Amino acid sequence: MVTVRDADNALEVDRLSVRLGQATVLSSLSFAVPRKSTLAIIGPNGAGKTVLLKALIGALAYDGEVRWAADTRIGYVPQKLDIERDLPLSGDDLLRAEVAVAGTTLRDAQRAGAVVGLTAAASAQPIGSLSGGQFQRLLVAVALAGRPSVLLLDEPTAGVDEPGQSSLNDALQRLRSERELTTLLISHDLSVVYRVATNVLCLSHGRSFFGRPTAVLTPSHLEELYGAPIGYHVHDELRA
Amino acid sequence: MSFEPSNLALSMATGAAAGVVGCFAVMRRMTLAADAMSHMALPGIGIAIVARIHPILGAATALLLGALLVWRLETKTGMATETVVGVVFSVALAIGGMITPGEELIEALFGGSGPATFLETAVGIFGSAAVAGLVLRDKDRLVLALVSPEIARAAGVDVARLNLRFLVLFALTIALGLRYSGALLIGSLIIIPAVTAKRVARNLTGMLVIAAIVSTVSTTGGALAASLVRREAGPLVVVVAGACFVASLFFPKAGARVPRAARVLF
Repeated sequence: MVTVRDADNALEVDRLSVRLGQATVLSSLSFAVPRKSTLAIIGPNGAGKTVLLKALIGALAYDGEVRWAADTRIGYVPQKLDIERDLPLSGDDLLRAEVAVAGTTLRDAQRAGAVVGLTAAASAQPIGSLSGGQFQRLLVAVALAGRPSVLLLDEPTAGVDEPGQSSLNDALQRLRSERELTTLLISHDLSVVYRVATNVLCLSHGRSFFGRPTAVLTPSHLEELYGAPIGYHVHDELRA
Repeated sequence: MSFEPSNLALSMATGAAAGVVGCFAVMRRMTLAADAMSHMALPGIGIAIVARIHPILGAATALLLGALLVWRLETKTGMATETVVGVVFSVALAIGGMITPGEELIEALFGGSGPATFLETAVGIFGSAAVAGLVLRDKDRLVLALVSPEIARAAGVDVARLNLRFLVLFALTIALGLRYSGALLIGSLIIIPAVTAKRVARNLTGMLVIAAIVSTVSTTGGALAASLVRREAGPLVVVVAGACFVASLFFPKAGARVPRAARVLF
C-alpha cells in the first residue's frame, strides 16, 4: 500500500478517476484528509459519492493514487443494505465476525454497542428483525468493533427516524472527539455537514469543490451543484 | 450399497461437510447455482469413464475447472453467480450427456450403489473434514462479505479470493457427495439441509449445527434405507432430507438455544 507523503494526513487522494463501464463517474479528483478531521462528501444522487468511498477501500478499480497513513484501520458503514429478512444471522454474529477478522476483542464489540445505544437484547436478534434504526446502529457498532482509526460513513442515518438520527449523530460526534477518529461522511443533511465537517468535498457529475464549509457551502456553489437553489438551516451559534 | 462401519463414517463426514457448505451457499443466494453447478461433474465423469480413470477424479477436475471459470466470468463481467452458473453448467450437462455411456449415465446422474473401497472411504472422510474445516476457518470472513462486501473489504478481507476459495470448496463438496446422489441430486443434499436450518435457526451457530445434523441424518438414513430395501442411495438420501424440511415447517425458530459445546465448535 502507498502511504501518505505528509505525516499529518490520514489520507491523500491524487488524480483519482473511476470508470463504471463506459461512464466516467469520478474524474481526476485530488484532496487530502488531515488526521482527526472530518471530511463531508456531498452532492446530488449519482454524483459518485459511494463510488468514491468504494474506490478508497479498494473495492473498485481506479486510476490515480490513493495514499493512506501506514497505521490506518478502516471502519465502513455502508448505505442501506439489501439483505434477506430471514437470514439466520444475529447482530452478535456480525459483531463476532468483525472482531475475529479485525483481530480485536469481544470487549471492543460490547463497547461499540454501548456507544451507539445498541442493547444486548437487540444485538442478539436476527438482523432481519431489527428496525431500520437498530440496524444502522448495529452497522456503526460493527465498524467501531474493529477499533478503526478512520470511519467511512455512507449516509449512516438514512432510514432512521428523526429522534434516532439526532441521537446517532450525537453518538458519532462524541466518538470523533473521544477517539480522535478521522471521518469521511456522506450526507444529504447540510445542517449536519455544516456542524461536523472540517472540510467539505462537493461532487457533481464531473465537477468538484473542496474546502472549508464556510467557503464551499455557499448558495452559488450549492445551486451550481444541485442545479437549483438549496436552503438549509444553520444555527446561529455555529456561525459564530 | 452395503452398510458397514466405514460407510457410516463416510456418510457422516460427507453429510457434515455438505451441511456446513450448504449454509453459506444458501445465505449467499446460490440455491439454484448449487443445482446447476453439480451438472458440471457430468462431462468429467464421461471423460473419466472413456479414459478408464476413477469417475470421481474426473468429476472433481471438471468441477474445479468449472469453479475457476465461474469465478473468472464473475470478476470480469460483474454478472451474478446464478447467471454465469446457469449458462456454463447447462451447456456442461448437455456435453456430459453426449459423452457419458448409457448405463454409467444413470449412475452418474443419480448416484452409485457399489460399496466404497478403502481408498474411497479414506479420501471421502479426509476430504469432507478438510472442506468443513476450511469453510469454518473462513466463517467470519464469509459472514462479513455476505452482509456487505465493502465492510469485509474495509476489514482487510480480499473478497475476490474469498469467493474463489468458497467456490472451490463448494465444488469439492459436490465431488465428495456424488457417490450418494449423483450429478442431478447432489445439489439437493447441499441445499435442502441448509434451507431447513435457515427456517428454524435464529443465528449462525444454530444454522450450522442444524444443517450438519439434518445433512448427516439424510446421508446415513438414506444409505441405511438403501441397503435395507436394496435400492440406489441417492434418491433415498434426498427423500430423507426432504422429509426433514417438511418436519421443520412444524417447528418454531429455535436456534438461539444451541448447546454451549456447539458454540465453541462453530
